[in-house]
Amino acid sequence: MKLIALDSSGLTASAAILEDDILLAEYTVNYKKTHSQTLLPMLDAVASMTELDLSAVDAVAVTAGPGSFTGLRIGSATAKGLGLALDIPVIEVPTLAALASNLWGASGLIAPIMDARRNQVYSGLYRFEGGRLITVRDQQALALTELIDELKALNPSDGVIFLGDGVPVSRDLLDRELPVPHSYAPAQSNRQRAASAAVLARRLYEEGRYVSADAHAPVYLRKSQAEREREKQLKTGEGPQDPFSQAARGQHGGT
Amino acid sequence: MNGNTDILAIETSCDETAAAVVRNGREVLSNVIYSQISMHTLYGGVVPELASRKHIEKINAVIRGALSEAGTTLDEIDAVAVTYGPGLVGALLVGTSEAKALAWAARKPLIGVNHIEGHICANYIEHPELRPPYLGLVVSGGHTHLLIVRDWTEFEIIGRTVDDAAGEAFDKVARAVGLGYPGGPKIDAAARSGSPDAIVFPRAKVNSSKYDFSFSGIKSAVLNYLNHAQMTGEEVCTADLAASFQKAVVDVLCSHTAEAAKEFGIREVAMAGGVSANSALRAEMERVCRENGLHLSVPSPVYCTDNAAMIGVAAWHEYQNGRFAGWDLNAVPGLRLGER
Repeated sequence: MKLIALDSSGLTASAAILEDDILLAEYTVNYKKTHSQTLLPMLDAVASMTELDLSAVDAVAVTAGPGSFTGLRIGSATAKGLGLALDIPVIEVPTLAALASNLWGASGLIAPIMDARRNQVYSGLYRFEGGRLITVRDQQALALTELIDELKALNPSDGVIFLGDGVPVSRDLLDRELPVPHSYAPAQSNRQRAASAAVLARRLYEEGRYVSADAHAPVYLRKSQAEREREKQLKTGEGPQDPFSQAARGQHGGT
Repeated sequence: MNGNTDILAIETSCDETAAAVVRNGREVLSNVIYSQISMHTLYGGVVPELASRKHIEKINAVIRGALSEAGTTLDEIDAVAVTYGPGLVGALLVGTSEAKALAWAARKPLIGVNHIEGHICANYIEHPELRPPYLGLVVSGGHTHLLIVRDWTEFEIIGRTVDDAAGEAFDKVARAVGLGYPGGPKIDAAARSGSPDAIVFPRAKVNSSKYDFSFSGIKSAVLNYLNHAQMTGEEVCTADLAASFQKAVVDVLCSHTAEAAKEFGIREVAMAGGVSANSALRAEMERVCRENGLHLSVPSPVYCTDNAAMIGVAAWHEYQNGRFAGWDLNAVPGLRLGER
């Protein structure tokens, strides 16, 4: 089988083409430019270098979340467009499982962490058993201190490996508060890579775990701020806010 | 590929997920719009993050709908067009990312379209006789521009709002008097049973340019009126207030347009944008144009509010000029009129 894999969930943009267990191409860039400007040109580059016959592509995989809301949507909309045009399904790969897959074969608990802002991280816990990635605890948004408590309780004898863009902002606290032996993955494997997503996606595809391009939407793991505020208001029974503070939100871009 | 040029157009700049197929820049073969208004009404206005989330959920179904309603397929389409600005950045990115992937995978040329230019071009759908040069008035929730359309893709802005867009003023006033969102249609409806001369609100003068607009002054006058009424225990007649406020906005829009037509010696006028669906504005502009011997074009309401058909029309002019976008096309939330 042949698949295109995309990741634009964080600061990195990445595109890969996988054919069975051969990685034909991978293009990963972690630079200032917006994913909207880089992702499709990158896909175009790997496709033309590998003389990709689009009619032979079976599915498109995308890291579906969590991640930056806008970044996820750039990847998702791209995947949906490819799916629609090529009449192929979308394989939704959990971002943190894809990140954990970067460390294939590692012994120890794998804890990818992404900066989720608002004093939280997105994290899941994974482990390789018999060459397969096992989810110990599914991805979720939580406070770093909660993750530390969780790891203390689990106290894995073979230690913990951290990776992801949440590491730079979490490292100090982890080193100070986590007595469990731990290490940090190096640069070649500590950020999102479409190749890892592709390999996981192939397994999901073979298990029949994919969706139609129309049905695909990102997994944000978090409601929008407006929804959270509204729920809070409804709960506390407060009336609507001052109409003019709300009015400030009416930032129309069009009609 | 039958001698005709069929363009698939996609529009996601604000709170409508829309797709259309337009033939030869004039004939609308399909025009599918998924409106998110009911969701945003809960929040009293468009919530950008929710708009973006909804766009992602609906976009494929909307595109599929546009293709099948037009009785065509992506293969038979000649180009894919998409709004890349101005608008909400997150919302625009859904449309641009989708359109790029579609065009890339289907090996079709890609065309980036300015949303405001799209609004203006909406006029060509039902007024094929309209051709540049003419005077254009674009009034919407995000924009208020008076401009001279010099050529199909050449625009000269002669007046713009210095503060709120006209539609924004409608939204804010509607919210203040408890009519809710969206303000335009709500005020329009309430005003029907009110007197436009009941309350006199100021017609703001702007110092920057004689064709510029200011609507925050009118809005503040309405608020002051409401506060005053509240303090003195006076009852406010919502219908009168809506009609009087609406008249103040409409007067300014119409008088600026008539004056500019006179000064620049232009006899063709075209109105566009969501606010041009307002019944009082349509009626008054009609009257003012007739009185001044001007010919007025206004799109049907469905082509006034956000839609993709207008994007397909604007794209056709780019197609003819051979102006295509690259795969690095980005959303430009502050895209200016005429910017390429």
